[in-house]
Amino acid sequence: MEDIKPKLLKVTIDGILVEVEPGTTILQAARKIGPSVAPPAMCYYQPLKGSGGKCRACLVRVAAGSEKDPRPMPKLVASCLTPVQDGMVVENETNPQVVEARKGVVEFLLLNHPLDCPVCDQAGECDLQNFTFDHGLATTRYEEDRRTFEKQDIGPYVQLHMTRCILCYRCVYTADQITNKRVHGVLNRGDASEIGTYIEKAIDNDFSGNVIDVCPVGALTDKTYRFKNRVWFTKPVDAHRDCPTCSGNVTLWYRGEEVIRVTARKNEWGEVTEFICNTCRFEKKKTSDWTIEGPTKISRASVISANKYRADEIKPTFGQRLAAAEYKPIHDERDTSQLNIRQLPPERFVQTVPSAE
Amino acid sequence: MATKILTEHVNVPGIETFDVYRKQGGYTALEKALKTMTPEAVVEEVKKAGVRGRGGAGFPMGMKWSFLAKPEGVPRYLVCNADESEPGTFKDHYLMKNLPHLLIEGMIISSFALGANKSFIYVRGELMYVIRILEKAIAEAKAKGFLGKNILGSGYDLELVVQPGGGAYICGEETALLESLEGKRGNPRNKPPFPAVKGLYQCPTVVNNVESIATTPWIMNNGGDAYAAIGIGRSTGTKLISASGHINKPGVYEIELGVPVEDFLYADEWCGGIRPGHKFKALVAGGSSVPILPANLALKLENGDKRLMTYESLSEGGFKTGTMLGSGGFIVFDETSCIVRNTWNFSRFYHHESCGQCSPCREGTGWMEKVLHRIEYGHGHQRDVDLLVDVASKIEGNTICPLGDAAAWPVASAIRHFRDEFLWHITNPQEATQPGAVYRGEMALV
Ligand SMILES: Cc1cc2nc3c(=O)[nH]c(=O)nc-3n(C[C@H](O)[C@H](O)[C@H](O)COP(=O)(O)O)c2cc1C
Ligand code: SF4
Ligand code: SF4
Ligand code: FES
Repeated sequence: MEDIKPKLLKVTIDGILVEVEPGTTILQAARKIGPSVAPPAMCYYQPLKGSGGKCRACLVRVAAGSEKDPRPMPKLVASCLTPVQDGMVVENETNPQVVEARKGVVEFLLLNHPLDCPVCDQAGECDLQNFTFDHGLATTRYEEDRRTFEKQDIGPYVQLHMTRCILCYRCVYTADQITNKRVHGVLNRGDASEIGTYIEKAIDNDFSGNVIDVCPVGALTDKTYRFKNRVWFTKPVDAHRDCPTCSGNVTLWYRGEEVIRVTARKNEWGEVTEFICNTCRFEKKKTSDWTIEGPTKISRASVISANKYRADEIKPTFGQRLAAAEYKPIHDERDTSQLNIRQLPPERFVQTVPSAE
Repeated sequence: MATKILTEHVNVPGIETFDVYRKQGGYTALEKALKTMTPEAVVEEVKKAGVRGRGGAGFPMGMKWSFLAKPEGVPRYLVCNADESEPGTFKDHYLMKNLPHLLIEGMIISSFALGANKSFIYVRGELMYVIRILEKAIAEAKAKGFLGKNILGSGYDLELVVQPGGGAYICGEETALLESLEGKRGNPRNKPPFPAVKGLYQCPTVVNNVESIATTPWIMNNGGDAYAAIGIGRSTGTKLISASGHINKPGVYEIELGVPVEDFLYADEWCGGIRPGHKFKALVAGGSSVPILPANLALKLENGDKRLMTYESLSEGGFKTGTMLGSGGFIVFDETSCIVRNTWNFSRFYHHESCGQCSPCREGTGWMEKVLHRIEYGHGHQRDVDLLVDVASKIEGNTICPLGDAAAWPVASAIRHFRDEFLWHITNPQEATQPGAVYRGEMALV
C-alpha cells in the first residue's frame, strides 16, 4: 500500500540534519532530534492551542532560511512559533549570540521573581530554575524594587502566589481549553499584569487542578501538598484507577508509604499527556484507591533521578562551556546580603568545564 | 502651490456635513469606482499610486490589498486603524474631526475593492466626540444611499461600524486591535498567521491607517499614476505631519514627500522656525517610537546633502545617523530641553503601555524606565548608561509585536547621540537635579 505523503522538509539544527513534515516548528524539529538540541520552553505547551511566543526562552538563530525565502538571515527567532523551511540551518547553543540572548531572557524573567526557591514547593521541578541554571548568570544587574503581590486562594485546592508568576499564560489557556468555564485570566497590563480571578470567584470545576501541573513555576500550588515535602525526597509511581470523569492515569508521589501528591503524567518535555480530574488529584490519596503500574520513568535531567545541581554530575553543553569560558563576574558594588541571594563563586563554573578534547 | 490631496477643502465652512462635502466634489470618486470600475481595477490603481501605509510601518497599501486571501464563502473585512495614540502624532484625529466624509468615502471605496461587506473604524476611545462626528456622517451617507444595501444601484452592500477603542496604545497594533474589536483583551497575536489570512474572527482582514484610506478618493479621481508623480522615488504622494514642540507654528501640515527637513522646519508655510531666541537641539521625526536625532543630523545627511522628508532619506545612514518617518509625529526640541528627562518620559510611556505578554518587553520597559528615572533624579551610576544600551538591545527584535522595538529605539538613540548629557547627569547630580537645569556642554545646536 502506498501512502501519499507530503514532501518532507530538511532542516539542520546544530549541525544535525532532520526531516520533518511541513508545518512543523523549529522547536518540534529540534525535539525530534533529542534533548541535547531542544531549546528550552517556558511558555509553549504542546497540548495547549495558541500557547508560545511569550517567554522568548526558546530563541534560536536561523543562520540560513530556505532558498525560496528571500527574508534577510541570520536572525533570532522564537523557535516555538517559527515553522521550518526546506534547507533551513538553525543554530541553538552553538551560537554565542543565542547564548547571550538567552542570558538576557533569564535576566528579564528573574527581574521581578522573588527567588524564594528554598521555600517554594516547585523547587526541583521548576522550569525557571532549570532554565536559569542552564542559561543564566549567577549575578544580577537589577537594583530596583521588585513587584510583589499578596498570596491568594483560588478555590479550595489551589493557591496563587502571583509574585512568582512569569506570565506564561499556560494556566489561562488550560482554563480556556479544558475546563468548561474560565473564571480567571490576566488583569492589568505590562509588568503590573496579574493572574486574577474576577470578583475573587474561586476556580471551581472538575478540571481546575490541572493549572498546577502546567504552571512552569511555583505560582500555582496544590494546597493539599503545600510545604509537605521537597520533590527530590519523593518517589513517583505510575498508577491508574477507573475514573468516571477522566482517564484516571496519574503519577503518585510517595514519601515512604504515604501518597503525598497526585499529578498528571508528563512526557519528557514536562508536558501533561492526559489532564486529570480534581477527584483523582485531590481526593484519592490512598494506595488502595489505585492500581499501581510501576516506577515513573524520570528523565536523566531531573533532580529526582540524578543530582542535577551537583557540579561534578553535570555534563555541560557546548553553550555552557562557551559561557563558562567567557565568564566574567559582573561588577556589582552591592553587598550580597542586601540582595538576599548567595553569590555563586565563579570557580564553580570553571570546575564544570571539561578540558577540551 | 503644493498639491493638497487630503486637506484641500479643510477650511471650507461646514465641510464636515454631507452637503458641503458633496458640493466640493465629494463622493464623485465613489460613484466612479462603483459605476465604472471593477474591484480589481481599484486595487490596481492603488498599487500604481504606491501609497505606503501611514500608520508607521510604511508598507505599500496596494501590495497589502493584493495579499488578502479570498477563500470561497468566507467574509472579508476592512478595518480602519484610528487608534492614534503615539506621543507626537495627532493627524488622524485632525482628519477625522474635520473631514469625516473623506474617511467614509475612502472606506467605501476600499471596502468595495476588497470585497468587504462589513467594515470597521476603530477609533481611539478617548475621542468620543470624534466618534459622534463619524457616526453622524455615516448616518448622512446612509440616508443619501451611499452606504447600506445596494449602494447607488450597483448591487454592492456595505455596513460601516464605528467602534470606540479599548483605551490602550497597544490596541493600535493591528492584531491587538483585532482582538480588542472581537471584545477580548488587546494582546497582540503571534504572527504568522497574518491578518490578510486570518484576521478579524479568523477571516481575511486588511487593517489600514486613517490617512492611508483617505488617499483613495483622490486616487480614484486622478489615477494612480498622478499620485505616484508626486513625491520622490518610493515615497509617493503627500503626508500629514503633526508638528509640535519648540516651533513657532505647531500644527498638522500636509506636505509633498520630498520637502527638505530644513524647509519644513524653517519655512513660514510650515513650522516657521524655532521659537525666538532659541536654538534647535534635537528632532524626533516620526513619533515617539523612532530614534531621536541631534539637530545637525536631522538637517543633513552624513555626506552633507540635505535630509528630505521621505521614508528613504530619513532612514539614510541606518540607526547610526538616521531615523524613520514613522507616523509623522515631528517633535522639535530646543536647547532648553533635557534629553535625559525626555527619554525617561518616553520610556515611562512604553512601560505603562506594554501589554505584558512577552518577557523582554514586559520586564525590560520597566527596568529602563526605573534606571532612567534614577539618572534623572540624581542617583545614576556610570555603568547605567551601558546597562541601558544592553537592555535595549535585548528587547529589540525579540518580541511579539513592534512595541518592544519602539521602546528600545528612543533609549538607544538618545544614548548614542547624547551620551555626554547622560554622563553629565550622573557625575553632577547636584547641578542636574536643580529645577530647570539642562546640560550646556558641547553639542551641535543649529
Ligand atoms: C504599539 C503599536 C501601536 C500602533 N498604533 C497605531 C495607531 O494608533 N494607528 C495606526 O494607524 N497604526 C498603528 N500601528 C501600526 C499598525 O500595527 C499597522 O501597521 C497599521 O495600522 C497598518 O496600517 P497602514 O499600513 O495603513 O499604515 C501601531 C503599531 C504598534 C506596534
Ligand atoms: S500562574 Fe503559572 S501558569 Fe499561570 S501565567 Fe503564571 S507562571 Fe504561567
Ligand atoms: S512587545 Fe510588548 S506590547 Fe508587544 S506583545 Fe510583547 S509585551 Fe505586548
Ligand atoms: S517557548 Fe517559545 S517563546 Fe516561550
